[in-house]
Amino acid sequence: MRFLSALTLMMFVFTGGFANAVNPDEVLDNPALEQRARALSADLRCLVCQNQSIDDSDADFARDMRVIVRERLVAGDSDEQVIEFMVARYGEFVLLKPRFAAHTIFLWVSPFVVFLAGLLLIIYWKRSQSRVNLATQTLNDEEEAALKALVDKEKQS
Amino acid sequence: MISEIGHYALILALVLAAVQSVVPFWGARKGDVALMQTASPLSLMQFLLVAISFGILVHAYMVSDFSIRNVYENSHTDKPLIYKISGTWGNHEGSMLLWILILVLFGAMVAAFGKNLPMRLKANVLAVQAWISFAFLWFILQTSNPFWRLDPAPLQGQDLNPLLQDIGLAIHPPLLYLGYVGFSITFSFAVAALIEGRLDSAWARWVRPWALLAWMFLTIGISMGSYWAYYELGWGGWWFWDPVENASFMPWLAGTALLHSAIVVEKRNALRVWTVLLAILTFSLSLLGTFIVRSGLLTSVHSFAVDPERGVFILAILAVFIVGSLTLFVLRASSLTEGGVFAPVSREGALILNNLFLSAATATVFIGTLYPMFYEAISGEKISVGPPFFNLTFVPLVIPLLFAIPYGPFLAWKRGDLIAVTQRLMAAYGVALAAIFIVYIFVADGPVLAPLGIGLGVWLVAGAFSELLWRAKAFQSSFQETWRRLSNLPRASYGAALGHAGMGLTVLGAVAVTAYGTEVLKDMKTGDTIETGGYVMTFKEIRPERANNYVQDIAVFDVTKEGRFITELAPAKRVYVARQFPTTEAAIHTNWFSQLFLSLGDVKADGTAVVRAYYKPWVTLIWIGTIVMFVGGCLSLADRRLRIGVPQKKRAVPALPEAAE
Repeated sequence: MRFLSALTLMMFVFTGGFANAVNPDEVLDNPALEQRARALSADLRCLVCQNQSIDDSDADFARDMRVIVRERLVAGDSDEQVIEFMVARYGEFVLLKPRFAAHTIFLWVSPFVVFLAGLLLIIYWKRSQSRVNLATQTLNDEEEAALKALVDKEKQS
Repeated sequence: MISEIGHYALILALVLAAVQSVVPFWGARKGDVALMQTASPLSLMQFLLVAISFGILVHAYMVSDFSIRNVYENSHTDKPLIYKISGTWGNHEGSMLLWILILVLFGAMVAAFGKNLPMRLKANVLAVQAWISFAFLWFILQTSNPFWRLDPAPLQGQDLNPLLQDIGLAIHPPLLYLGYVGFSITFSFAVAALIEGRLDSAWARWVRPWALLAWMFLTIGISMGSYWAYYELGWGGWWFWDPVENASFMPWLAGTALLHSAIVVEKRNALRVWTVLLAILTFSLSLLGTFIVRSGLLTSVHSFAVDPERGVFILAILAVFIVGSLTLFVLRASSLTEGGVFAPVSREGALILNNLFLSAATATVFIGTLYPMFYEAISGEKISVGPPFFNLTFVPLVIPLLFAIPYGPFLAWKRGDLIAVTQRLMAAYGVALAAIFIVYIFVADGPVLAPLGIGLGVWLVAGAFSELLWRAKAFQSSFQETWRRLSNLPRASYGAALGHAGMGLTVLGAVAVTAYGTEVLKDMKTGDTIETGGYVMTFKEIRPERANNYVQDIAVFDVTKEGRFITELAPAKRVYVARQFPTTEAAIHTNWFSQLFLSLGDVKADGTAVVRAYYKPWVTLIWIGTIVMFVGGCLSLADRRLRIGVPQKKRAVPALPEAAE
């Protein structure tokens, strides 16, 4: 699951990507850390903005949050620890990618449940329809004529 | 005085809407021809009145009549004329009036072009249309009247939000509303069919052009909004999964499903119940979008001024129409029987699969957009659902759909042959695999799966054209013969092919820019250079400038590639004087499908500027793809079969009285 989601993310990040408001003085010297910081920032919400990640937002508040993320990374935190830290500080509202937990299970599974339910409905409908058709199907004029021709031919021979 | 005429016209339109809601409907029930025939003139008259009202509001903006509160709050004498005009709908009241104008425009179009519609159906459709316009005219007069006066009139206005002072505002909302509101017609047709309990393939033939028209405008409207956000918001993103974007995206997804399911009704007389439900849901999602944008319940870059009374009013309209139409659906749907037998692998089956995927995708966007609101209402806690959620749910749902698209048009009705179709698609497979291979070999950087994404886009385009060539039996006869067959294909075939190919182009652009775009970020002084995507940009100078209604720091860059001078780019940071509102004006150089995007960050006192440069390969394909889809829609509309009124022209319909003077 994790692998799959990572793959999907790598392939299509339909957010418009590269958005950023990072300033040169915030950028970390270690490129690996900086890349992690950018990835984390894209998933964290700027709390004072309309609907932007801290990676996108020019707001001072977003800048402060970006700096905190980088400080935690420099201090040696793992990505999970940084997320934990931000949630402890700002609440779950900060996560643009909601957690997979009891209170979000409906959210996460519903797309696939809807799909499967739709699929089952269609299968059920197709089956009941073909039963009905078998029971009630009648021939149209053309078919009737063709049948009659066949029967006549049979009689003649 | 002029404004009072506008105000009065609006009230008169409300009264006419009330009459139109009842009289034709009653006539249709009683079979009274005279009563039914009132529908058309009433629709035309209603349109005329709202148009007068809207024109007068535009005029008030043009002459900066600040005695009207709405103009005072949203305009300024220093604004260029074009933004004065477009500013008419850059606010809640004005945009609501535009919404209604388009609503009654569609009603008038049905009245004017629907001469061959059965009288009873037409009367019912226009009556339902009038229920909607009555509700919204009442809403605007009650809570959002754009003609309220101020006394004494202020000398100067408060100006329009500078982000909206852009050609985008002149283009994006009207197109978007034509789409959004256009689906009111398919809704009215669906409700009318339920009321009459009659729905046949002729119904689908009347509904399809309207669905197509609305879908085309919604497509291009969303796309223009996306491009506007791309260049105006200053960081080059093109889709943000913002609640309001989602609000327009949901009817688009549902409308796309409707477009396809209506084909099944028309050709095979199957899927009728589902199509009626889709027509109801699509417009319900449009109404929901209107509610989301104007209630202030969801935070987004599109928020209008928030007023609880408005939210409650729209919620009431929403509830009445959605609950009412769905109740009617439940009561009457059983009277619509389903016809048409078909095997699972068939054109019908493919279109059902299309509907399944699109419905699940719509549900995903719906739940993702509204879940935070419901969760907060239940638990009191706030959570966010942002782009990462949609990337993990929506995207996996649409990839199989995109892959399956080229198969659809190849499959025969009733019973198709997958293996035979796969053989016919061999050329498309070949082209797509070649594209994957080439990208994999020659493009070094980028995510592992990106070549597959490119391949998917190429597959869609190649698949669409394969179908046309197959229909024309290309390579089986002489070039002239193929050409003759190609030109004899129905326009609708070209329409479908372009629709699908356009989708492929959009996918190509999206994948390419996401996977292979580059960016650099630098503190620059004059003389410094910055490099990305093979372009070298030299910072020449930064200078302050003054325009009528803003001041700006404009930075000038020379752009060279391999030593050759390409162009000069001048991004700027603006401050709009009236509101002291800063904006970022990006500078863009387009080279075929790719763009170099230069944006200016903070400028320090010593002239050091933060510069962001992005190279966006193939990015314009995202929007070009939607234009191709739009053109495809136009071709389909021009198809003989769909040209409204062609098949039944001969049947004498009593001449309808022209609009009353």
